[in-house]
Amino acid sequence: MTDTGTVAITVSVNGVAHTREVEPRLLLSDFLRHKLGLTGTHVGCEHGVCGACTVLLDGYSARSCLTLAVQVDGCTIETVESQGTQDALGPIQAAFRDHHALQCGYCTPGFIMTVADLLEHHPLENDEDIREALSGNICRCTGYQNIVAAVRELAKARGPLT
Amino acid sequence: MKDAGLSVEMRPKMVGSRVKRTEDPRLLSGTGQYVDDLHPAEMVHVAIVRSDQPHALIRDIRADAALDVPGLIGVYDFTDLEGEVSPAIPSSRMRNYYATPIWPLARGKVRFVGEAVVAVVATSRYAAEDAAGLIEIDYDPLPFASDPADAACHDAPLLHEEAGTNVIISREFQHGDIDEILHTAPVVVKGRFRMTRKSASAMECRSYLAQWDKRSRAITFHTSSNIPGIVRDVLSSSLGLPGHRLRVIAPEVGGSFGGKGSLYAEEILVCALARKLERPVKYVSDRLEELSSCSQAFDEWMDAQLAVDEQGHFLGLKADVIGDIGAYSIYPWTGALEPVQVISFMPGPYRVEHYHGRVRGVLTPKPATGPYRGVGRPSSTFAMERLVDMAARKLGMDPAEIRRRNLIRDEEFPYRTAPGIIWDKSAFQECLAAACDGADYTAMRAWQEEARAQGRWVGIGFASYAELTGIGSRIAVAPGMPINTGTETSTIRIDSTGAITADFGIASHGQGLETTLAQVVADELGCAFEDVRVRQGDSEVAPQSTGTYASRSAVLAGGAATKSSRVLKAKVLRAAAMLLDVSEEDLEANGGVIRSRSSNAVLTFREVADAVYNRMGAIPHDKREDLVSTETYDPYLGTACSSTHLCMVEVDLQTFGVTIHRYFVAEDCGRIINPMIVDGQVHGAVAQGVGAALLEEIHYGTDGQLQTGSFVDYLLPLASNMPDIGIAHVEAELPNNLGGFRGMGEGGTIGAPAAIANAISDALSPLGVEIETLPATPDRLFRLVTAKTQEISSQEGNKK
Repeated sequence: MTDTGTVAITVSVNGVAHTREVEPRLLLSDFLRHKLGLTGTHVGCEHGVCGACTVLLDGYSARSCLTLAVQVDGCTIETVESQGTQDALGPIQAAFRDHHALQCGYCTPGFIMTVADLLEHHPLENDEDIREALSGNICRCTGYQNIVAAVRELAKARGPLT
Repeated sequence: MKDAGLSVEMRPKMVGSRVKRTEDPRLLSGTGQYVDDLHPAEMVHVAIVRSDQPHALIRDIRADAALDVPGLIGVYDFTDLEGEVSPAIPSSRMRNYYATPIWPLARGKVRFVGEAVVAVVATSRYAAEDAAGLIEIDYDPLPFASDPADAACHDAPLLHEEAGTNVIISREFQHGDIDEILHTAPVVVKGRFRMTRKSASAMECRSYLAQWDKRSRAITFHTSSNIPGIVRDVLSSSLGLPGHRLRVIAPEVGGSFGGKGSLYAEEILVCALARKLERPVKYVSDRLEELSSCSQAFDEWMDAQLAVDEQGHFLGLKADVIGDIGAYSIYPWTGALEPVQVISFMPGPYRVEHYHGRVRGVLTPKPATGPYRGVGRPSSTFAMERLVDMAARKLGMDPAEIRRRNLIRDEEFPYRTAPGIIWDKSAFQECLAAACDGADYTAMRAWQEEARAQGRWVGIGFASYAELTGIGSRIAVAPGMPINTGTETSTIRIDSTGAITADFGIASHGQGLETTLAQVVADELGCAFEDVRVRQGDSEVAPQSTGTYASRSAVLAGGAATKSSRVLKAKVLRAAAMLLDVSEEDLEANGGVIRSRSSNAVLTFREVADAVYNRMGAIPHDKREDLVSTETYDPYLGTACSSTHLCMVEVDLQTFGVTIHRYFVAEDCGRIINPMIVDGQVHGAVAQGVGAALLEEIHYGTDGQLQTGSFVDYLLPLASNMPDIGIAHVEAELPNNLGGFRGMGEGGTIGAPAAIANAISDALSPLGVEIETLPATPDRLFRLVTAKTQEISSQEGNKK
């Protein structure tokens, strides 16, 4: 810790290494949004309930509103911005668009990052399984049906977990 | 073009197609810009100290300790803004009404836990919250009545002394002689129905950013509002700034469902502080603030009775409603919006000759109630549809049959209801039939019988309703409200590059209106969908606007788009006719190409624009017209949207949790612009109805304290709570408005609480349990079942 009470951290975010001096209390969500300008990650409840702030931390989904920036020193973070661009949507983004799995779009980045984790680590064998897996993220617009449809298609394209 | 050989009439239309949304790429890639994503230079942050008292005088505010916090800019209470702002007054022509003034910060007295008292401004939100935590407020507590029935008593402590009462809204509708009918009817069913308080809970919390431009002495205000036009107009009065020095923009808005559809004190506050400090000022509410100071919903007690004859025909209805409207009358809708609609719509889509509806809106120390998806009708439909099922059960009649006998029939339209609402022709009966067919009602009953034989609690529930949507200037959205909500203006322009910009006053916050309105413009103008850019949610693009609410945008903005496109198309064709030296009647436009039927000569929209604007003399100077049109659409009356929901649920014998096994919606929303978006609206609205039915309840203790201050306590539906929803679209005769659209975004939330309450009551009917309070939580169901079981066993004991 420095004299000013800040801590130097180095974090890889979407493949780019960032070194910053941060207050120990700075939330990862605020670090991403306000220090790095990656505003795709959203904050919906500050309690870890809604999942809007979900990012990948060393490949697994994590609540950036419940994680301190100093905790991810030396770690790899991926946010929604890693998944594709407006001109070249990634497969999860494209499936969400095809299935109308978003309306206001606020919770969507958290869902996309959760699904990125699920596709790597979760069997997603049937709808019940998919709904259970998605139940850590809240969407107030879609009633989930079209998100489930998007994930069903992505899981089918992926095939069984190996 | 591959279909250039077809006549225009034969070509596929954009309206009616599953067009993917224009909004999606930016929202999916994290490039959308919500208010909190904006970071102008020199911006400062506000944290708000809120009241921890339900009703108290502010004796002293001590901020000394806060002043030493690094980064602090200032601490402000109401005295610091005196003379700089005037209050917003939610006026109305209603009789017996008191309009509570809305100030940016509490003035000497607080009226609910969560009311904004002190604003702390600092260079970061962290610093602002540090300082806010060091501010001490001394209160002199005042007595209060938290329960609306107590607050309505003549000796109750008054929240607003100037009103002289806590009952600031009272209204009655009387048609026929209901007391005589109730006295003589062969069957009367009744209940005391309770729709508890809810929170709209959009995933984006309310967010505001005001920027003061020193050069033009003007404010640009970004707000997560779905009524930026209304906010612009009221802030113009409150701040004393003309519209050309006050621009209100609702950029990406992360949902509203009504919660962001009223003026908030914090909106006045942030603008006043930006002007005072001459710096950009941002305030973003956190979830606790959202649950304790955003407008809340419903909260009615409804004593209702339905009289029927032996054949199940409805004879009369009586309803006495108390609405708990919280501590303020909300701007601009007033506290009457929600409770008055409960009695306006109580008879529903049925023939009800004799009706007496009475409502009182009562002030209590809670946040104001305001619009929430469905407004009034989730409550009224819950009460009425429960009565319908109770009557059917008493008569031994199938719930589908009793509805069939009472739903208004085709030959009766237009039908004037007892409270005076006119239903234009919509598929009332057909939706009931379509729900039974689509969900296979017969098979559902068979499945239920099998499950019951196994001792399971399985039930089936219906809900039929109609809603008034797309309301024009004849009817105020809220009773006696002086604001014009009945028109929508669209300006469409083709510029010198051939680009097409369509401007609207609506404010999309998840509905995909940039997509659907471009679909309408493409068809009506004959341009390519991809060439249309829709601008909305910005007070600068329309002289007057309100926003998106009350299921109005497809009907009103769709109508304005149609009118404006047609005028512009005529201009384009006049110019093209001169350029091609043919008659206008010989020309057709489609997909951005104008073709002469006789000569097959073609021109693109871009070529016409180039000729009009850039090529001097291409068009005779006295015939040249700018390719711009502005048209306003006013449907004058409104149109009906009708629906029947049908669901099957199971109550777990051990946990008393409710599982929805089947859910089906048949609805008539007129001509569909984008079926993908319409189905998405149904899914989402039903989910909110499921929340109201089973999970969501804002709860205040008798001490006036909020007990549901996070999403751990205020439960929203999750993917695991929701079934797949089947949908049948029934298109009756198209409504008599431009475009044939009916508004449909709210309906699911109207039908679902009633349908689920009926299904649970059906599941527990062997015990005689009738659901009268929502949400039907496991705790409530356990108590109801236990009470009935004890009642039954003590009766059996007596027999022995």
